[in-house]
Amino acid sequence: MLLTKKVSFKHSESFSLDNIDFEITKGEIVSLIGPNGSGKSTMLRIVTNLLKPNEGAVLLDGDEIKNLSRQAIAKKLSMLPQVHNNELDLTVRELVSFGRNPHKGWFQKLDFEDEKIIDWALEVTNLQSYEFRFLQSLSGGERQRAWIAMAIAGRPNVLLLDEPTTFLDIAHQLEVMELIQMLNDRFGMTIVMVLHDINQAAAYSDRLIVLKNGCIEYDGNSQYVICKEMFHDIFKIDVEIFNDGDRPFFKPIRNVGKLKEVERERVHS
Amino acid sequence: MMERQSNVAEAQIDPTISKEKRVHPYTKKRVSTYIFLVVAIVIVALYSTITGSVKLNLHEVWEGLTSSKDPMLHTIVWDLRLPRIIVGLIVGMCLAVSGSIMQGVMKNPLADPGIIGVSAGAALMAVIIMIVLPQYILLLPIAAFTGGFVTAMLIYGLAWQNGSSPSRIILVGVAVNSVIGAAMSALMLLFSDRVQAVLPWMAGGISGVTWDQARMVSIYALPALVLSLFAIKHIKILSLGDEVAKILGHNVERSRFFLILISTFLAGIAVSVSGLIGFIGLVIPHIMRMVVGNDYRYVLPLSALGGGVFLVFADTIARSWFDPIELPVGVLLSFLGGPFFLYILNKGGKTRAFN
Repeated sequence: MLLTKKVSFKHSESFSLDNIDFEITKGEIVSLIGPNGSGKSTMLRIVTNLLKPNEGAVLLDGDEIKNLSRQAIAKKLSMLPQVHNNELDLTVRELVSFGRNPHKGWFQKLDFEDEKIIDWALEVTNLQSYEFRFLQSLSGGERQRAWIAMAIAGRPNVLLLDEPTTFLDIAHQLEVMELIQMLNDRFGMTIVMVLHDINQAAAYSDRLIVLKNGCIEYDGNSQYVICKEMFHDIFKIDVEIFNDGDRPFFKPIRNVGKLKEVERERVHS
Repeated sequence: MMERQSNVAEAQIDPTISKEKRVHPYTKKRVSTYIFLVVAIVIVALYSTITGSVKLNLHEVWEGLTSSKDPMLHTIVWDLRLPRIIVGLIVGMCLAVSGSIMQGVMKNPLADPGIIGVSAGAALMAVIIMIVLPQYILLLPIAAFTGGFVTAMLIYGLAWQNGSSPSRIILVGVAVNSVIGAAMSALMLLFSDRVQAVLPWMAGGISGVTWDQARMVSIYALPALVLSLFAIKHIKILSLGDEVAKILGHNVERSRFFLILISTFLAGIAVSVSGLIGFIGLVIPHIMRMVVGNDYRYVLPLSALGGGVFLVFADTIARSWFDPIELPVGVLLSFLGGPFFLYILNKGGKTRAFN
């Protein structure tokens, strides 16, 4: 469904993506995890053709993405960037109706079918009663649901989310994660998201991809990825791993990264 | 003409609003602003017709419009005041719509063809035509548009740095503006023998416009104003941010180019007939945003109405209140524009100026 072939992207001397190869199959929930600056968000932008890779190719349903028009990509693939403008003078319904844009030409207006789909997006995200509220008047969690509603109003096959739960309290985090799970479960939407909370990533994803310094280091299900070595290699932390049924989760113990090494050296000398 | 314009705009109202029982929170304000402006156009137009060095009453206006029994009356109403009102309306509309589009595309409440130098670029080309190449005077609107457009692209290109930041656009615009100002001064000194004819135009005014000018400006402006209604959708999508707009399948670069094109065209038309008139492009859209919110489906058509009404009103005051001198309306507006600009700058921190 979504395939990257030897993608390399050079952003600057200090940051580049190297030889990224992965395939997302239909109906999967995949989480990209990794430290800050490991290239997760860049990866999402390459997959959506917002950034063009220097080498390699991204294939969407077998077509090279660089040969597709923005609109053709948008019909199949939707993304919610991490930071979005919440100062807009828009009602929830107005925001969500932008999601129909991929299916509309320059001069086409929304028709009855579009309105039905907007109703559907509002219903799925449980925002019907908010449809005429202004975006600014909503809480963070409601706002995030409104943006998700916009992203799904184009009825994409693939939904990409960049840190959808950052800045939300735990209840709203779970609400968003459950919404994402439901989109996958009920509507078969393929989900690719960047998450910082690794426990949440493990709990809600079929597969985890771990990036570090622009390379894929681990790619597999949570049982395979969530292990002490991974945390030590990637995040430079010691952890303890627990299991809740077949769902692994971790508890951080201590940081063994650079700062600690410097400290240790100072003590020794 | 005015009524047709407002009907086109009203047809833009979101179908979802009438469908649902609950109404959009701004609907009342929007509708009442429309009504207010349409009524204001009628009143201001009447006021402008009866005011002047020769005061008229409504009966005389009617006489002057419908018959030429009294040639003096007919000349005053039909040949002097009416074209001036029409040109005032159109120029005001062009300036306000141009300003509102520019603010939308540059996401900056201070963007205005006068401030960032687009008008100056248009004026420079217009002056070149007028004093250096007067044989091509018919191309004046095209030349003004070309000058404005080149300036706009120049500013946009120079301000571009991984995206266009609002403050850079203004700073670059101010710099470009001053260069153009210098070029203009140089030109006027080099051709000082011919400058006299251009001076009233430079001050910015619509005194002494004829039906010919009204016709010429209409031919260019009306299609452009209708076309500007298509800008609404583009501005709305761009307001979501470049990245979201792209993800929604929108061609961001193309629509930005279209928006700059149409807004400079409108500014160029205005400059070619009335010289440099500031204030309207900046302030009218700003006021509309304060009243009806940031939704361009309303900001843009309401700015058009407001700009037209305001320019006719200001022009009437400028030509009648300072009797026996007829002040160019551009001078009056610059007097008002400076303080108001400072007021916006001052208030900018406290209010949500733009998104």
